[in-house]
Amino acid sequence: MEQIYPEISKDKLEFAEKQDVSHDKSLKTKPRSALRDAFSRFCKNKGSIAGAIIIIILVLFAIIAPFCTQYTVAYQDSYFTTTLPKSHLFENTSFWDGCEAKESGRTSFLYYYAMGQETGHNAVKNQEFTYNEETTLYSYRLDSYQKNGMIYKNFSAEEYEALQTYQTESGKQVIYPMVPVKSRPQAQQDTNDANYYFQTTGTSKTSIVLDEDGNVIPVYASSTTKGELDNGYHSLRIEGEDGFVNEDGERVWYAYARRTSSGVECRINYYEYYIYYHTQILQDGITEPYFPFGTTGSGQDILTCLASGARFSFIFAIAVAVVNLVVGAIYGAIEGYYGGKTDLVMERISDILSAVPTMIIITLLKLHMGGSSQILVLFIAFFLTGWIGMASSTRMQFYRYKNQEYVLAARTLGAKDRRVIWKHIFPNAIGTLITGCALIIPSMIYSETSLSYLGIINLSSGNITSVGTLIAAGQSALATAPFITMFPSVFLILLMLSFNLFGNGLRDAFNPTLRGTEG
Amino acid sequence: MYMFKYVLKRIGLMIMTFAIIMVMCFVLIKMLPIVVPAQVGMDARIQYMQLEARGYICNLVMDEKTNQVISFDYVPVMKQFWTYLVRIFKDGDFGIGVTLAQYRNQPVWDIFLEKLPPTILINVYSTIIGVPIGLGLGIFAALKKNKWQDQIINVVVILLISLPSMVLGLVIQYVFCFQLKWFPLTMQSGYNYFSWEMFRSMLPAVFSLCLGSIAGYTRFTRAELSEVLTGEYMLLARTKGLTRGQATIRHALRNSMVPIFPSILSEFIAVLSGSLIIEAMFSIPGVGGLYLDSIVYQDYDFFMLLSGFYTLVGLAAGIVVDISYGFIDPRIRMGAK
Repeated sequence: MEQIYPEISKDKLEFAEKQDVSHDKSLKTKPRSALRDAFSRFCKNKGSIAGAIIIIILVLFAIIAPFCTQYTVAYQDSYFTTTLPKSHLFENTSFWDGCEAKESGRTSFLYYYAMGQETGHNAVKNQEFTYNEETTLYSYRLDSYQKNGMIYKNFSAEEYEALQTYQTESGKQVIYPMVPVKSRPQAQQDTNDANYYFQTTGTSKTSIVLDEDGNVIPVYASSTTKGELDNGYHSLRIEGEDGFVNEDGERVWYAYARRTSSGVECRINYYEYYIYYHTQILQDGITEPYFPFGTTGSGQDILTCLASGARFSFIFAIAVAVVNLVVGAIYGAIEGYYGGKTDLVMERISDILSAVPTMIIITLLKLHMGGSSQILVLFIAFFLTGWIGMASSTRMQFYRYKNQEYVLAARTLGAKDRRVIWKHIFPNAIGTLITGCALIIPSMIYSETSLSYLGIINLSSGNITSVGTLIAAGQSALATAPFITMFPSVFLILLMLSFNLFGNGLRDAFNPTLRGTEG
Repeated sequence: MYMFKYVLKRIGLMIMTFAIIMVMCFVLIKMLPIVVPAQVGMDARIQYMQLEARGYICNLVMDEKTNQVISFDYVPVMKQFWTYLVRIFKDGDFGIGVTLAQYRNQPVWDIFLEKLPPTILINVYSTIIGVPIGLGLGIFAALKKNKWQDQIINVVVILLISLPSMVLGLVIQYVFCFQLKWFPLTMQSGYNYFSWEMFRSMLPAVFSLCLGSIAGYTRFTRAELSEVLTGEYMLLARTKGLTRGQATIRHALRNSMVPIFPSILSEFIAVLSGSLIIEAMFSIPGVGGLYLDSIVYQDYDFFMLLSGFYTLVGLAAGIVVDISYGFIDPRIRMGAK
């Protein structure tokens, strides 16, 4: 060009028609992406917002709660079992205070009432009770943290000394005077019950003897020479440490331990001993027995178990969902894009896989992978069945979009298959896939819960537990301790409810044409 | 004609899928080591000889003096499968119980038939209760769309659908069986399935099952009917003088039943499979419990039979939905080119 008309300089050239400019105004408003659009639609749906908030709370609970409790999943205690939920905030009310309303006859009432009289650890809450003249029943609130009262426990000489030192230093009394074997009740279940420190009569010595004031009469082992009965072991008893003067004017000392073949046997208050054992010996950060959600029949802290079960469920479900999403999207994209014979063969394969009941897959995997961890078994089983749904919804979207004009245009411009798939068709399937993911997570948590409830998969090992295991453990105690099943059940309900609301909202947001067809 | 062809094709495909699953299942099971539960006082030899007689192992070598099995060889898996099939089709013999102590040496098929009635009964009761209530509530909600009645039903439905059957079962067990003592805790034993006492003891399980399906039907019916009600032919029906009730019953309801009816049909087939969780929770002596036991105790003959049963039920339920669409709604021509 430049050689043909070299004589025309550039500044003499001008545009042919000045009028020939586009009169369309440039867009003043900001462009809205599809995602933003979906988000604004999502925000209009009150139900799904509520769902999202509940999900966030549940996730926060699962993340934060394990750090806030003093217990671990592996923690167990053989005395604090089916302990009732207690919160320090509600300690003085009759709700969430770790006590149960109880109505009983005189014998069992006095049994608990006497505990508080001896130690000041009131098994009967605040030692308050009402007596019904007609039914001759006592009604009171029984503190499940204190009702264990005393236990007999064997110590070695060193342990006993250490416990003595602790008593002297802290001023708390753990060891209480022994009860002579001959004064204990005779019935098989009562002879080793350290709470019978008082005089009893009857053939098997179960009925309680009272003095004129209606109080129990203690029958402690004592001796007139200090250190004879207790073999020189001294203890801190706030009153009577220096012995007491009996009716004959002799000075008498209590015996705090009984020599056994391997050491000494003591009568200890379990609540105080628990504090001593965890703060001084184990030093595992447990300061006192305090279970906001109570404990299970095997003495595990429900709050800790529930939170770690929830955390495990979330992590597991999200991991499975991501793997399913990736595999399903790729598989579905290939199926949907190429169609024809490829589609037919691949569709048959996924048809067959989807027709196998999950139970069969899990059982066979479990039998074949006996040695490996059950989490892996569950992961593979959920993966094998889970990706099919993702694949089929991706395939459907591909069938919908692959013959549209813009795809044809892209292909005419020379876009390769991979580019058409990922850049042009796949973004259209993302909405459906995200919705699918949101709906697959609760169903996965639910199946994991039911499998561990049925006992097919046992995820409880070490520091991992599952919500389903908790529910199954609580079901046997449903009549006596409904709270064990209540907390995990409430968690499960909230989870399913919120995910359903959230998922429905997402589906409506991404796919407004589907609104209302499925409720 | 193409309808007939389509049905044949679907059934053929179903049988093929079923066969492939069963072969895979059989092979995977037979690859596992054989469990011979010889307890004190039992002769392991007899169990090994039984396995040999059933064509699973061969070349059994035994020490005559100590009565101990020294060695044996596994028959090739496909050969085992063949003898398994031959026995099924010739004698109707699905194998015998091995590790499940209470069914040891009893025919698997007989035990299966014995366990079937409770499962079917519970699910049939639940369907009988669930379908009318679900449809009724759905129709009511659709007619009162976006009024307060509809809102209440919607909330309840969402709650019930989100409630896991495990939790629902527990709540029902706790409230009705423990607190109110209306029903016994678990299902009565015995075979007198139609006595009043038996029926009463089944009810908690029936309720736990049917509440979920009521919610499902309500949601489905409401969605379908409310879509149909906006159709233009409904306006026409009203214009030509039909009352609202007439138009709804004669036109809208019929059309809305097109997708609902197949799902009811498939539920009737799926009743066979029941719910493992509900059966375990209310200790119903049904197929589900047997299946769980066979899994826990690794009784392979039971496992094969029940796996086949569950797979078949699932496949049949799916196919019934697809085929019945074509029969109910003449607008849908399945398989037509």
